[in-house]
Amino acid sequence: MKWEIVIGLETHAQLSTKSKMFSGASTAFGAAPNTQTSAVDIALPGVLPVANRGAVERAIRFGLAVGGEKVINRRSVFARKNYFYPDLPKGYQISQYELPIVKGGEIRILTKSGEKTVRLTRAHLEEDAGKSLHEAFRDSSGIDLNRAGVPLLEIVSEPDMRSAEEAVAYAKALYFLIVEDIEICDGNMQEGSFRCDANVSVRRPGATLGTRAEIKNLNSFRFLERAIEFEAKRQIDILEEAGKIVQETRLYDSDRDETRSLRTKEEAHDYRYFPDPDLPPLVVTEDWIRKVKDAMPEPLRERYKKIVLYGVAAQKADLHIASRNSSTFALSTFAGAPEEQVSILSNWILGPLSAKLNEENLDIIDSKVTPGQLRELSQRVTDGTVSATAATTVVLPALWEREGSVNEIIEKRGLKQISDAGAIEKIVDEVLAKNAKQVEDYRAGKEKAFNSLVGQVMKATQGKANPAQVNEILRRKLAG
Amino acid sequence: MLNASLKELSAALAQRKISSVELTRLFLGRVEKLNASLNAFITVDAEKSLAQARAADERIAKGGAQPLAGIPVAHKDIFVAKGWLTTCGSKILSNFTGPYDAHVIERFSDAGAVILGKTNMDEFAMGSSTETSFYGPARNPWGQAYVPGGSSGGSAAAVAARLAPAATGTDTGGSIRQPAALSGLSGLKPTYGLVSRYGMIAFASSLDQGGPLAKSAEDLALLLNVMAGFDARDSTSVERAREDYVRDLEKPLAGLRIGVPKEHFGEGLAADVGKAVEAALREFEKLGATRVPIGLPNSGHSVPAYYVIAPAEASSNLSRFDGVRYGHRAKEHRDLADMYRRTRAEGFGAEVRRRILIGTYVLSHGYYDAYYVKAQKIRRLIADDFAAAFKQCDVIVGPTAPTVAFKIGVKAADPVQMYLNDIYTIPVNLAGLPGMSIPCGFGKDDLPVGLHIVGNYFSEAKMLNVAHQYQKATDWHKREPTGIQR
Repeated sequence: MKWEIVIGLETHAQLSTKSKMFSGASTAFGAAPNTQTSAVDIALPGVLPVANRGAVERAIRFGLAVGGEKVINRRSVFARKNYFYPDLPKGYQISQYELPIVKGGEIRILTKSGEKTVRLTRAHLEEDAGKSLHEAFRDSSGIDLNRAGVPLLEIVSEPDMRSAEEAVAYAKALYFLIVEDIEICDGNMQEGSFRCDANVSVRRPGATLGTRAEIKNLNSFRFLERAIEFEAKRQIDILEEAGKIVQETRLYDSDRDETRSLRTKEEAHDYRYFPDPDLPPLVVTEDWIRKVKDAMPEPLRERYKKIVLYGVAAQKADLHIASRNSSTFALSTFAGAPEEQVSILSNWILGPLSAKLNEENLDIIDSKVTPGQLRELSQRVTDGTVSATAATTVVLPALWEREGSVNEIIEKRGLKQISDAGAIEKIVDEVLAKNAKQVEDYRAGKEKAFNSLVGQVMKATQGKANPAQVNEILRRKLAG
Repeated sequence: MLNASLKELSAALAQRKISSVELTRLFLGRVEKLNASLNAFITVDAEKSLAQARAADERIAKGGAQPLAGIPVAHKDIFVAKGWLTTCGSKILSNFTGPYDAHVIERFSDAGAVILGKTNMDEFAMGSSTETSFYGPARNPWGQAYVPGGSSGGSAAAVAARLAPAATGTDTGGSIRQPAALSGLSGLKPTYGLVSRYGMIAFASSLDQGGPLAKSAEDLALLLNVMAGFDARDSTSVERAREDYVRDLEKPLAGLRIGVPKEHFGEGLAADVGKAVEAALREFEKLGATRVPIGLPNSGHSVPAYYVIAPAEASSNLSRFDGVRYGHRAKEHRDLADMYRRTRAEGFGAEVRRRILIGTYVLSHGYYDAYYVKAQKIRRLIADDFAAAFKQCDVIVGPTAPTVAFKIGVKAADPVQMYLNDIYTIPVNLAGLPGMSIPCGFGKDDLPVGLHIVGNYFSEAKMLNVAHQYQKATDWHKREPTGIQR
């Protein structure tokens, strides 16, 4: 009989506020240890927390995106999670426990086996802890409290995923939603802005849920996938040997590609949660929700629809909304472009421009070619000033190198097509005179001979003759 | 000068009859002479106080200074003050110098008042006698074998012995009102949220409230004018228009309905205290007030509910004292857990340790619903009792404490006896209401008796009016402890 893997994820997303969850200190990453800490962050005697409005608004945005107004609790409660650790200055973490700000919602994922909906249990606001630094010291540990108090949204899914692939698809969809779509998280995984804990269990299909293990702190999609695969196999191996799974917290070691036990249920802390008496219940009014809604960035699926309406194929439109910035770039490129030019513009963005951005590791917002330049260039192709080939292979790279304006580059590089019918006719006459054999072949019905003649004309004009005109004149002369 | 009211001191300063430096020196001299026997102050720093006094004199010279400019005020050592040792009466903070000013300290500084020193208190405000202080018990100026009450006992002893014109305190279950009662003073615990808790070291956050201790209701009104006010740094601070608490002092009391709760006159109330309170009620009737018998049926549950909620919050609030960042740290330890254990065992006294243990227990998995959740329900019932009572009356009056001051050491070994001292004051904190105590006579061994006045939310002006009118008709508040040197 087969085993079924059951996975639920708890994701900690750092909210992109300038100041901390309960203090005015900066959240910027990478400062010297303990330089971004206020009296509140180091828990001096007598200090008190004040909830960050911006962080609450980001949580409301999340609720609106995953389930609409109905999943936002109008009254939620901050609670204290009590435990002792040197990087936890107050001896408790302020989180939300019985009443989180978001209850319910769902995330849609797409895997090889099709579309699927993953239900969300809840999402709640909390503060991050500091960092213990064990390496730099001998016989003692350092504490850096810069991270202490950084605002987090913990997003908890139902155990709805059935494979590592689905778990990764969920994590990526969630990442895309909060980083690109509703812009509440900067998404920097190396800096810890997005990290997952995976709850993994296995069972026979149809059976009740098996005992789970929680794997902590997975900060890349690859580690998430590897850790789940390892853990599921470990559990299956135990069960097939008629063993028992212990409920425990495990850590994934990426160097050895395995998970190992951190603590069992018996060793688990009693966090003694209770409502934080320093913070009144968090009340979210209808008016506040409306204001947050009005200030939401345009959903990327709306932008997708607009891009398709411009005439871009569905698959390509998907690529244009891979990030908010790229959708902005695409839309501002297509805006005002004649319909017949949209296709070439889309190809340029997804092809050569994308390649250049990757090559130089730039975000599209820093593109050296502007939407306006792209539109101007496509105009020059349409009006016959420059050939599509020359535009793509010569003008675009030159624009990237900032050699000048579209017209200047066409001029400087001598790419202007010869569209003067008289001039082309003269060259055609010369070519026909020199190639009597091919003319004969063509008239005898050999179409290939025509292509050869076109090639001769193009060669004689160094590729600058307008190909449509060349065709038209050649046919006419040969027919006459 | 030692017996002068704040109004009189303010006038003397404004008229340049005395300078702030002279006034501050006068009280510093009193402290120097008498603190050794009373142990009212933990810290005095003459240089700092006199520097503030000099600045106040300059402000007064320019004219238009505020009413408290130049007046020295003693602060309970629970308020963090920049540059001042701030111990909260504990060994664990015995080396902690305040790096910032509490909101209350800021307000007094802005008003031009002088910090006279930091007063003794029960450790982390846990106690009703000042005996749990790491710095030893403060003594009652009315009889030095007696406690001055607590936890703001140092502030009470200082004002009663005229070592300070006025002082601040904090009240979680009675810690301003009970020492005011036992030391013959006027003390006010404002409505929860009226005075910012920013910089006031937390004992039980949902109950703690700062307030003044002084020689009269009129002084309290002037002090509250400075202390009260919204502070964005305290999320439980209430945003409302500023009030002048002096404005209603002179209103007559005719028609005032005084609620008298039968539960506060039953078993446990000492006869001498009951007698003095009864006399005070008759005095109010003479002033035109009427008595309304009321019931507070759930008040019997208040002490048990309080001793679940307050320790629960305290156990969490005091977790930050771990020896990692500031304060006392055990010198020797094997590992991290051992460092925590030793630091906290050495740094906290027995009563604080007891409450941390109780609090940890009631919040633990499997006990939370039975204790913490149930206590919160009782809390709501108690608030409902008061709400019903205030439909029938304007203020509630009774005894502040069941007995007059007791001798040092008598109750120290019996926590429950000690806890019962706050039986009348605790319900007020649980409901978040304002309460005050004023002197209303003397009982056994010529020790002062306190009269408890409880008002509805934000009715401080009315309560001060009631107290002031009583003090105009009586002179209990003007009595001075005998046997204190002049």
